[in-house]
Amino acid sequence: MTEAPKIFPLGDGALTIDFGNEISIESNDRAIAFCDYFEKRQFPGFIEAVPAYSSAAIFYDTPHVHRTFSTFATAFEAVSDLVRSALLQMPTAPEIVGRRLEVPVDFGSDAALDLPFILETKAIRHEEFIEIFTSRTYRVYMLGFLPGFAYMGEVDERIAVPRKQSPRLTVPKGSVGIAGRQTGIYPQESPGGWQIIGRTSLEMFTPDVEDLCLINAGDIVRFMSLK
Amino acid sequence: MGLIIKKPGILTTIQDLGRTGAQKFGLNPAGVMDRAAARTLNVLLGNAESDAVLEMHFPACVIEFETDVMIAIGGADFGARLNGEPLRNWSSMLAEKGSTLSFAKRSSGNRAYVAVSGGLCVPEWRGSRSTNLVAGIGGMDGRKLSAGDVIPCEESPGYADRIFTVGHSLIPRYSRFPTVRIVAGSEFEYLSDESERTFLSEGFTLTNDYNRMGYRLSGKLIHLLHPRDMVSTAVSFGTIQLLPDGQLIILMADHQTSGGYPRIGSVISADLPLVAQCGPGDGVSFQMVTIDEAERLALRFETELSFLRVGCRLQALNASYRS
Repeated sequence: MTEAPKIFPLGDGALTIDFGNEISIESNDRAIAFCDYFEKRQFPGFIEAVPAYSSAAIFYDTPHVHRTFSTFATAFEAVSDLVRSALLQMPTAPEIVGRRLEVPVDFGSDAALDLPFILETKAIRHEEFIEIFTSRTYRVYMLGFLPGFAYMGEVDERIAVPRKQSPRLTVPKGSVGIAGRQTGIYPQESPGGWQIIGRTSLEMFTPDVEDLCLINAGDIVRFMSLK
Repeated sequence: MGLIIKKPGILTTIQDLGRTGAQKFGLNPAGVMDRAAARTLNVLLGNAESDAVLEMHFPACVIEFETDVMIAIGGADFGARLNGEPLRNWSSMLAEKGSTLSFAKRSSGNRAYVAVSGGLCVPEWRGSRSTNLVAGIGGMDGRKLSAGDVIPCEESPGYADRIFTVGHSLIPRYSRFPTVRIVAGSEFEYLSDESERTFLSEGFTLTNDYNRMGYRLSGKLIHLLHPRDMVSTAVSFGTIQLLPDGQLIILMADHQTSGGYPRIGSVISADLPLVAQCGPGDGVSFQMVTIDEAERLALRFETELSFLRVGCRLQALNASYRS
């Protein structure tokens, strides 16, 4: 990437840095590596770094940054400066090596609420669908929407379907869904618009463990069919 | 020893300044909607600013005190009564053992706060006592309060029974139709010229789609010059997003950690309390300021709050020398 990533205020207590408005492993690697960099080298007033698909946000305590970096007119300028030097020091093409996890899924009719719709629209058989969905691995790009909700990709074109026209009021906990070429797992019961293709009994979010989430940004997931 | 909830009110939760550090797990910080109010009340009692308080909506709760405790009430004016006697907002006072705090009628604002000396002592989870209603964690078992709940509070000397009142400069000027200052968002530059003018000159009404996660506004339609597909990206408390139907949404304390709509602006932290106190049918208009100005206003509040803190401490010290 030749163009310098765009840095922008996200209000007066955070900034975002944009590595390109796209879903790609390269820009996601950069976003995750960027956040790791700041988590490991926390500046005075640093609150947290949050990676998304191809961007990252740094949250900071404005008065604290002001006091510490008093040569800068604003805390935003001070943190922007730290960001620019971090970008110079970081590799431009970092490679994130995530954990690999297997997620068992029940594709049975009680769990796969929208599978009949998908099979019909895509004109494929049940076994074919499972074969296509489980034959590849999925990269976890980011967590969001709900605590522990992992956005993963990419789903094969042959089974990719858009979100439901009107969202369900309750999607059962553990539901595995498809939205376009993304797939995700609902960590808890929630309203939601993704097309539900199955369910896992794995706990995605556990409040009393340090890691909180079973899968994290950068991880690689393979789904298995529970028979 | 604590506060007995006799009536829970429509939505009363335990909140502090929020739970940071876990947004990367999709866990929202939660925390009070009106941070300035909660911080000011805590300072008035000699608490840490981040001590947990009650956040109430109207109809609010009825509380009985199991022990003598200093309290302070602020934010919205819900017509607080202690044993039926009217209480002033923004002032500390002694709630005696067995007394009852109730709220008669809402006259301004939409969220009132009760702070107690020493703070509310529910267990911390990941560094915060805030209730995260989405995850069902923190505060009182991750839920809003219900009748019969007893919220522990420690006996804290605080400022003993010294009564302090917030000075004029720190009392917020809430309005049903505030002009709130914003800084430009990352996607502001993609607005058409006409939409840019609409955004910064028209008023927008708060709809009934209104909760701790965000406010949906209704007003003249706003559009990007060219449609823009966005992948999910970071958002924050105060982010103003442009929805596909041309309407705006302001993200509030319980917002999701990421969003896929254009971020055309952010309400500055100094004016977020004004938005936090608005309700359905109220309206906001937006005025653009620079990030320099936004930070200057944020720092000015910090300075005023530290004057209050020092003032209270000095008076309490003086009193203890004299006695």
